Order: sequence, then structure tokens, then C-alpha cells
Amino acid sequence: MIESDDFVKDMQDAGFDFFTGVPDTILGGILDVLSQRRVYIPSVREDEAVAMAAGAFLGGKVPVVLMQNSGLGNALNVLMSLHLIYRIPCLLIISWRGFEGNDAPEHLVMGHTMPQLMEIIRIAHRTLSRDTMADDLRWARQAVTEHRLPVALFVKKGVVKTIQP
Amino acid sequence: MRPEEGVMQSRAQAMQALFEVLSDQPAIICNGFPSREAHKIRDRAGNFYMIGSMGVAASIGLGLACARPDRRVVVFDGDGNVLMGMGTLATIGALQPRNLTHVVFDNEVYGTTGNQPSYSRVVRLDQVAKAAGYATVERVWEREDIVYEFTDMLNSDGPNFLLIKVNEQIEDADRVALDPSEMTTRFRAAVDADQPARPREKG
Repeated sequence: MIESDDFVKDMQDAGFDFFTGVPDTILGGILDVLSQRRVYIPSVREDEAVAMAAGAFLGGKVPVVLMQNSGLGNALNVLMSLHLIYRIPCLLIISWRGFEGNDAPEHLVMGHTMPQLMEIIRIAHRTLSRDTMADDLRWARQAVTEHRLPVALFVKKGVVKTIQP
Repeated sequence: MRPEEGVMQSRAQAMQALFEVLSDQPAIICNGFPSREAHKIRDRAGNFYMIGSMGVAASIGLGLACARPDRRVVVFDGDGNVLMGMGTLATIGALQPRNLTHVVFDNEVYGTTGNQPSYSRVVRLDQVAKAAGYATVERVWEREDIVYEFTDMLNSDGPNFLLIKVNEQIEDADRVALDPSEMTTRFRAAVDADQPARPREKG
């Protein structure tokens, strides 16, 4: 399992320097570390979070937005009519609730659909793993800097250590 | 009849007054006619014209204000937009960005889509902003007050909320023809450009 500390450190080392989002259990450990490091700015909705990230990019930051995949639904309109047409990048770190149908009913449709949804709107994505973490973050940073487009990193349950059992 | 009716400005007139006060502060301008009017009245590199993503102008402004505490950030918003993203008033109230001035042109309708009534005619958005914790909240409609309060806000710690009651008149203004991607580049350069003449002192 990835230590939250290591993940946050690697994100910061890759050059990401603005962090906002809406909490999820799977991301709890990461959010905890970001808060301890006083670099996390909480949002109240995911569309607000991606818009704040856009504002941060306009101010020269390299932003990250953390959210549960149900929140991706909230964020879609802003991603499609702001980020993708204005070429405003950010790294979306999205917890993969409902992966392979093992979750509460409200997560199943999004859990099943999420990768295809991202492909339809043309947001490139990867799924984080311990072995690929360094490469995943390098890839994300490169996409953000060179192509100025949002990209997504999916995080499944049990991949990054969290505060909840 | 609304109490302010006789003396209210159009949004374009109010915007004209604000642009006379602004120097190089970056401004995020909400989608629909507000962006089209701003582009017609005073196009500048420091204007970010939204063409979609209704409801998040203040969120973009907030992100910029957090990223650049050295810059005074202005948001030109509308009542329909604020109602759509009302949670952001709470985020701004909680985070207390001192460099953010949030201007809302309140015409009580969805003007871009045909003047359908908005709830701002019964819900006082200035009172919502006050309850959310904005440092300064003002509600104005006359030109002199618009200029006075806006000048004051640009010179004092925020977050500030300026609600301008305007009439429903829409300026004849074309769609913003700039390429959105180029607008991003142009705006980022303006935010980075060498720094600020202080806004005019109020007279």
C-alpha cells in the first residue's frame, strides 16, 4: 500500500502546488497529509473545486483536485465548457467508488461508467498503483504542462493508506 | 414597481462606471451578456470572459485570489450565476480572501435567455453574502454610489461584495470572438505583468 505521505511528497516533487477538492473515504489519508502541510483548500462542491483550480492555473499554479467519482458528475459541465475549451489543465484525483460492483448502490452506475465517460469527453486517465506511482505522476505533470489539458488519476480502495479502517 | 426603478442603471452603464475605476486588476466576468458587454465596453488582457460554465465565476476568482495574494482580483457576476453557485459564498466567507471583490449585477432576471424571473427578487443576495461572512457588503444602484463603494473596496481588505441593482436592459453586443485558449494565455500574461498602480483614491 502507498503511504499518503509518500504520495503527497511525490505530487509536490512533480511540481503540483495547489490542492483543493471534496472529501472521500478513499482519499482521507491524502487529504489529511495535505491539510497537515497546510496546502489544502477545501471546496463545497466539485464544480467549484475544478473552477478554483482553473483560477489557480490562471494565477500560475499547477493545480490538483481531489474528489469521489460521484462528484465527477457535478464537475462535468465545468470541465467541458471551461477547462477543455480554454485549455486549462489540472490533475483530477478521483476515488473509484463502485469498482467492479463492490460498493453501495449509489456508486454502481458511476463506478461502472467512469472510464468510458472520461474517454467520451477526452480526458486521459490512468489508475494509480504502487508500482507505477512515480511514472503516473510524471505523466500527469507532463500532460498538464505540455498539453494544457486536464487528466485524471483513479484511486481504488486499498491502494493508498487512509485514516479509516 | 421596484423602489430603485427610477434611478437604476443598465448593467452596461454600471460596468462602464466600474471600468473607469479599474486599472490593471484581473477581472473574471461571468458568462452570457455580461461578458459580451464587458468586451464591448473595455476589452483588456486582464478580462477573463466566460462563455460557459455558468455559476462558477466567483470560484474561478477565488482560486486566482488564493493563488495570487499579491493581486486584487475582481469578479463580475450576475444574480442567476450567484444563485447557481451559492455554496461558493460560504467558501469565500470561510476562506476570507482579502484580495477578492465580488461584484454582482442584479437585474432579477435571466436576461441572456429571455428575462425569465430569478429568485433574487425575493432572496436578498447581499444578506446571504453578509451571513456567509464577507467582510464588506454593499447594495447600491446609483452611479455615484457604485463608483464610491467600488473604489473603496479596491482599497480595503475583503472579501467584498458589491450588489448593484440594475435594470433589465441589455446592450447590443456581439459574442466574444476571442479564441478561448488564446484568452487563457493572454490573461495569464496579464496577471503576471508588472505590478499595480494603486487604484484611484476616492474623491
